[in-house]
Amino acid sequence: MKKYLPFIILALLFLVPLVGLNSYIMHILILVLIYSLIGMGWNLLGGFCGQVSFGHAAFFGVGAYTAGMLYTKLGWSPWWGLLLSLPVVLVFSLVIGFICLRLRGPYFALATLAMGEVFRVTSENLVTWTGGDVGILLRERTWVSKIWYYYIILLLAIGAFLLIKKVMGSKWGYYFVSIREDQDAAESLGIPTTVYKTLALCLSGALTGLAGAFYMSYMGYIDPKVVFNLHDISIVTIMVVMVGGVATYWGPLIGALIMVLLAELIRSNPGLGAAHQTLFGVLLVFIIIFLPNGIVGDFRKIVKLFKPGRAG
Amino acid sequence: MTDLLRVHSISKTFGGLTALQDVSFSVQSGEILGLIGPNGAGKTTLFNVVNGFYKPTVGAIFFKEQKISHYKPHRICKLGIGRTFQVVKPLQRLSVLDNVLASAFLRAGSKAQARERALELLRFTGLYEDQDVISKGLPLGKRKRLELTRALATQPQLLLMDESFAGLNSTEINDLMKITREIRDRGTTIMIIEHHMKVIMSVSDRIVVLNFGLKIAEGTPKEIGSNALVIEAYLGEAQSA
Repeated sequence: MKKYLPFIILALLFLVPLVGLNSYIMHILILVLIYSLIGMGWNLLGGFCGQVSFGHAAFFGVGAYTAGMLYTKLGWSPWWGLLLSLPVVLVFSLVIGFICLRLRGPYFALATLAMGEVFRVTSENLVTWTGGDVGILLRERTWVSKIWYYYIILLLAIGAFLLIKKVMGSKWGYYFVSIREDQDAAESLGIPTTVYKTLALCLSGALTGLAGAFYMSYMGYIDPKVVFNLHDISIVTIMVVMVGGVATYWGPLIGALIMVLLAELIRSNPGLGAAHQTLFGVLLVFIIIFLPNGIVGDFRKIVKLFKPGRAG
Repeated sequence: MTDLLRVHSISKTFGGLTALQDVSFSVQSGEILGLIGPNGAGKTTLFNVVNGFYKPTVGAIFFKEQKISHYKPHRICKLGIGRTFQVVKPLQRLSVLDNVLASAFLRAGSKAQARERALELLRFTGLYEDQDVISKGLPLGKRKRLELTRALATQPQLLLMDESFAGLNSTEINDLMKITREIRDRGTTIMIIEHHMKVIMSVSDRIVVLNFGLKIAEGTPKEIGSNALVIEAYLGEAQSA
């Protein structure tokens, strides 16, 4: 049963749009996949390699703006952003890595937090390049129906999933985990930690940038406050992974599903709408105390909890 | 015998504290060199200097006649110096096999090759049966051996063992002593820090003694055992009683 589970999930994901869901539900599903793609990117660096970033909005925004500026400056289709965001994000990853990766633990987290904000403020002020606060608006969308967007982000997410599985089963993956567990020990076992941390950051940034580039084409509008958003991108991404399960393969997908549904549920309730950040905070505290490894990581614990007659 | 490692008048200061002062000695190919001294004598600091975690304030270190004292630890490991830590540092959430596999990658061309080497080493150190155990759950004795196996997986020519025997019971000590000798017989030179006098006296070919960052003696176990300075460092001056 467990062996076939991934295939069943995959088949469901492919078949879901064929049922003829309304466009609101399709939008929710697409959001889930976008967040799970960002979550997978974050998880590679933060979960597997242990470098917790509070600034992943930087990569997301750079990806989105690459796509957007191809459209405004060159008149290209923003879909080219999916391809061209990769080299652009890589260059920015190297710069961010050069600055932040010499720091460890909380200092790295704070530096990335600052980076995310630096990117937001910069993009607000580089008006000639980015359009500043006016943002970038696509005059026409590629498709009216959401089905194609869904399949494109689904393929991107599956590609990212397979890539991460492949990487984590290889030498790189073992080195990433070694660095997470103990950087000094890793170094003394012959692992050039700076090189591998940079690799993890580049891969992580690239996946997040892809999500950003897709977001531009899908939403048709970006501005610095949306794509470089500290809360909605950087922090929610961390929550997605923490809720789903840090350093697990399925965690980001499960986490994204829960977080997006929860956010929509709360927002659609007029009485609760404004309190959604508060409730996210409460959820995070709950997860850290009771399920420190997230839903996927602590799945056995959850099953045990609900099995009758096992208590005491 | 040739000098595999040459420590040339090393000093290391941390602010105003002198941890090592003008220490020189060499390690010869194929020997087991013991490093002893009271707590705070600078033994682990010396390992950290050799291993590249610290840059020496003064002096230089040569490995196979190549100056290594300005290299980073991973580069020094790649050149052939492996080490274990006094406080064991396994990859807690990984299995024993994965722990060893992670370091075997250093000299393996493929995962299959790394795996093969890791398994062979686990058989050698007696952890083969425990290969699937998550290393967090291992008892201390086995964790110490895992630490050793990981260092061996980098195929060092010189192995630095930092108190690998501390906290073990007498059976475990005897097993580990046998393993230590076998590592040497397989061609790896060993430098070992140890507090267990029984172990150090029986396993070492030569011993270097540090006290307050100074080298106070060097010689065979027999010479060290009768050296007045060493006895004084350990037991205090005779007339003070």
